[in-house]
Amino acid sequence: MSQPGAPSNRSDDALVQVRGLRTVLGGKTIFDGIDLDIPRGKITAIMGPSGTGKTTLLRHITGQLMPDAGSIRVDGADVPTLSRSALFDLREKIGFLFQNSALLTDFDVFENVAFPLRQHLKLPEEIVRNIVLTKLQAVGLRGAAQLMPDELSGGMARRVALARAIIRDPMLILYDEPFVGLDPIALNQVLRLIRTLNETLGITSVLVAHEFAAVARVADLVYLIAGGKLVAQGTPDQLRDDPSPWTRQFFGGEADGPVPFQYPARDYATDLGFAGGAA
Amino acid sequence: MSAQPKKGAFSGIADAIVQVGACSLFLLQVLAAIPASFRHFRETVRQIWFTGAMSLVIIMTCGLFVGMVLGLQLYYVLSIFGGTAALGTVVSLSLYRELGPVVTALLFAGRAGTSITAEIGLMRATDQLSAMEMMAVDPLAYVAAPRFVAGVIAMPLLACVFNALGIFGAHLVGVSWLGLDNGTFWSNMTSSVDVWKDVINGVWKSVAFGAVVSLIAVFQGYTTAPTSEGVAYATTRTVVFSSIVVLALDFVMTAFLM
Repeated sequence: MSQPGAPSNRSDDALVQVRGLRTVLGGKTIFDGIDLDIPRGKITAIMGPSGTGKTTLLRHITGQLMPDAGSIRVDGADVPTLSRSALFDLREKIGFLFQNSALLTDFDVFENVAFPLRQHLKLPEEIVRNIVLTKLQAVGLRGAAQLMPDELSGGMARRVALARAIIRDPMLILYDEPFVGLDPIALNQVLRLIRTLNETLGITSVLVAHEFAAVARVADLVYLIAGGKLVAQGTPDQLRDDPSPWTRQFFGGEADGPVPFQYPARDYATDLGFAGGAA
Repeated sequence: MSAQPKKGAFSGIADAIVQVGACSLFLLQVLAAIPASFRHFRETVRQIWFTGAMSLVIIMTCGLFVGMVLGLQLYYVLSIFGGTAALGTVVSLSLYRELGPVVTALLFAGRAGTSITAEIGLMRATDQLSAMEMMAVDPLAYVAAPRFVAGVIAMPLLACVFNALGIFGAHLVGVSWLGLDNGTFWSNMTSSVDVWKDVINGVWKSVAFGAVVSLIAVFQGYTTAPTSEGVAYATTRTVVFSSIVVLALDFVMTAFLM
């Protein structure tokens, strides 16, 4: 297995290949035979209605959750069949940005970003310091190195988590809802960071997001998942003009369509106690 | 609305058996992670400080008052039979054999155990454990094992401090206040207490109690539902289960060590 950040020898241009993915959680079918490829060096967005399994897909890619059927290959490694140590070797090459940042609350910003370095590499303190400050400079928070996580705003915490995710120059970064709760300034900063990281380091990026306007500014490829299936894929421009009811409802923000507004329930009149239910 | 649905007696027993099984498997995982946790030695030392040194005030205070109460009660009981000279002996045997390990374990569960459970539970709720997994850092080796080892190391030390302060408290009451002869107090104690049979057996008990309380605290935190209510239930369960198991285990160990 290659070192973190090192270019792979594989000729195939898909870093992540998902084939026949089927997942059932709590009796509910989340994925029902999904195939998709995440191309190397590109920014790919996974979109879809809430509860459709976008974060679950990221958990499959990182081996946190095993599928009921199908294969997930990351850089040639079949994730569900990996041993725990092989999975950890793979994860050393993956950066993961959690929706809630997941900073370690016992450590300040500097130590949070330095954590992966300290755990895996025996580097002199001076080099650790330089690497951490370089990454913090990249996310604009070098001056916040001594702050504790509870002293950060949501946007700052997201950027610290991003600095931690790229500290070892991973080959793949997974962003779970990176735009949620960000003000326009912070949103622009995060978008610029994602694009810069992709262009300067050649990192393959996977975005899970709802905000099509933001996604359209950075993504090279978009997958739309709904009802356990892959219902659309293409560039943001292609999907914007796509006539299918799925894309029109999701990207047009229409309340009703193939994705029902109402969660499945009994007849409304019966629930309210009117005899005979709906006419 | 009740947070937990009502269950039948059999269902409750089945759940308890499942919990015991899960906790036993978790113990094996933690034991297996201990060698890897040596890489995080500073974290283990930090946990010994946190669970041991930070518990000293409550342990010392309670030890002192338990010793004082013991001294007072036993002095009056012994004076009925004219046996107040045995005060030091009875107090020290009570503390070394039973009260020291047991009361320290109960206090340890209330002070350090709940803290461990709440801390790990919140780490679970805020995805910090998942973040460690994603950074290829095993939370069992970095979070669970150091806290378990710290509890096993800290508990006997705290029990020794509890015993020392308890004897000091009894001396304070018996000798300084009620007028028992100082030499009688100490000489009777040193001639009656056997290091191996009394002191070391008490240490073994406190090691076992430290392991049990730490295991329960770490397990409850590690497996808690990632909600504020889940963390609250988990901390409560830590105190309840630790208290029951410590008292039951005390009886079993006493029967074997007598």
